[in-house]
Amino acid sequence: MTSSADDTNASRRRFLSGIAGLAAAGAAGAARADNAKNLPPNVADWSKSLGEAVGTRGYGAPSKYEKETVRRTVPWLTATPESSVSFTPLHQLDGIITPNGLCFERHHGGIAEIDPADYRLMIHGLVQKPLIFTLEDLKRLPRINRIYFLECAANSGMEWRGAQLNGCQYTHGMIHCVQYTGVPLKLLLEQSGLKSNASWLMAEGGDAAGMNRSVPMRKALDDCLVAYRMNGEMLRPEQGYPVRLVVPGWQGNMWVKWLRRIKVGDQPWYTREETSKYTDLMENGKARKFTYEMDAKSVITQPSPQAPLKRKGFTVISGLAWSGRGKIGRVDVSLDGGRNWRAARIDGPVFDKCCVRFYAEIEWNGEELLLQSRAMDDTGYVQPTKDDLRKVRGVNSVYHNNGIQTWALKASGELENVEVG
Amino acid sequence: MSRSVNVALAVALLVQPAFAQTKQPLRAYGIGTAATPAQIAGWDIDVRPDGEGAPPGQGSVKAGEKIYLEKCAACHGEFGESAGRWPQLAQGKGTLASHDPVKTVGSYFPYLSSLFDYIRRAMPFGDAQSLSNDELYAVTAYVLNLNDIVDDKFVLTRATWSKVKMPNQDGFYNDDRTRAEKAFWNAKPCMTECRPPAKITGHAGVLDVTPSENRKGSAE
Repeated sequence: MTSSADDTNASRRRFLSGIAGLAAAGAAGAARADNAKNLPPNVADWSKSLGEAVGTRGYGAPSKYEKETVRRTVPWLTATPESSVSFTPLHQLDGIITPNGLCFERHHGGIAEIDPADYRLMIHGLVQKPLIFTLEDLKRLPRINRIYFLECAANSGMEWRGAQLNGCQYTHGMIHCVQYTGVPLKLLLEQSGLKSNASWLMAEGGDAAGMNRSVPMRKALDDCLVAYRMNGEMLRPEQGYPVRLVVPGWQGNMWVKWLRRIKVGDQPWYTREETSKYTDLMENGKARKFTYEMDAKSVITQPSPQAPLKRKGFTVISGLAWSGRGKIGRVDVSLDGGRNWRAARIDGPVFDKCCVRFYAEIEWNGEELLLQSRAMDDTGYVQPTKDDLRKVRGVNSVYHNNGIQTWALKASGELENVEVG
Repeated sequence: MSRSVNVALAVALLVQPAFAQTKQPLRAYGIGTAATPAQIAGWDIDVRPDGEGAPPGQGSVKAGEKIYLEKCAACHGEFGESAGRWPQLAQGKGTLASHDPVKTVGSYFPYLSSLFDYIRRAMPFGDAQSLSNDELYAVTAYVLNLNDIVDDKFVLTRATWSKVKMPNQDGFYNDDRTRAEKAFWNAKPCMTECRPPAKITGHAGVLDVTPSENRKGSAE
């Protein structure tokens, strides 16, 4: 065990020095000399010669100057990359929609590559008529479009015992927010016809982990979707191509990818993923189970440790807020570690169980600040401080850490993940 | 004519209450194919706490030891102690209320099915659904034995399923956040001088977060 802990220390040191390197690279990038021959009064190269023809990029990709905008991993977190996680680069995004290729990944048995011709969804158990649907079947049924966030219950889970990871990509990057197109689960269940004692269902993935979770029937009949598109295109393989379950506002683990089977039953299954994992251990040694809703939460994405300030003066603070219980009603921002707050400006659409984008404009004169954001949802829930959360839950729960994040802004414009007391 | 309309209405009235709970009227689209019993049997691998879904078969602790050492020990350790960062399967008793909780089959899993169902669908890692039913029963029995939940002579079958008592079965309770964390609902959160001036109490990269690192002077 000692050697394993040492390995962890070593890889953690490597990881942290990597972050420092990253920040340095960002600063160096900003300082990179402009090429005077492209600047006024000179006429830039790209203004004088033809560019690439249409169709050169059958599926477009970001500019070659945006190579830093990628999902990143923390290798020491997990034993193997097939059962691991990559994080959304929140600090490099704006608005509320996460581009498909940047949505964080969490797999338990690698990415299943499913030929859509061989895709089948089976619905059975306590139903009148067990059915099998092909992908074409699902696409023929009535469909709806909804934008929802998906947050892993373990997002910010490494921060329970104190500030650890320097960057919102790592502290908060197990979230994405996309528009899904799919069939209401209720409609599918109606095709099979529920028996009168149907009160739970089990959703199962077709990957090598056979991920399975129990879902209460009231949620299944409320707003769950069987989705096959994200942001207009077919689901990405790493997001469950061709079909995943959408369980709005509830922990991401339940959004079973590569959805293969739905079994209707009259009690929960207590699968490994809803007992050994995704239960929240309290200080007294007992654990909360079925903690489905993701509590209201927010984070400042710019500036943040991976996105330092480069100059003094007018500055836009930007961030994301979300709640699994409803709509975000308000976001406040503090510059002094939570002593005083001001209302932030929410810009763009505000949907149920969906991310909102907020902004707070300030004049930064180079003083040291302690930046925080605080989300409130339309149930009246207010995002708590980390200390208030710890008073109730202790530090062992791993999951559902929605405490207020603090970034310390230094005179240099660099930021650090800190705890305040 | 009017008679057949009446019949249709009567049928509709009879049918409606069944769908009342789902609010919208049901529409059968005639899309989807009936799943045959054989098709269902091939995929229907889930097992519940009461043993429903467990396949026919049996396995002894002794038979399980051989399979475990061959197919599981490389990651989980010879005694379930874990090799590297793979999940630890055994020990951890009495640690859940400490700040170094060790969650294992013996210390944490509430039901036999939580273990059995998982092995059946996902283990061995990278070779899922490769164990025969007898191998599945045997290796499950061995992991229980590693945790002192069953004795060396135990044979796991559908008949002995209910004899297995998991130590932490009563260690879980339903989500009580709306009650236990009621204070987080606050229509008028504080806006000015909400706390004394804030001081930095911890820095990322300086504060060690894992239990073994958290003790001053133990590392680096």
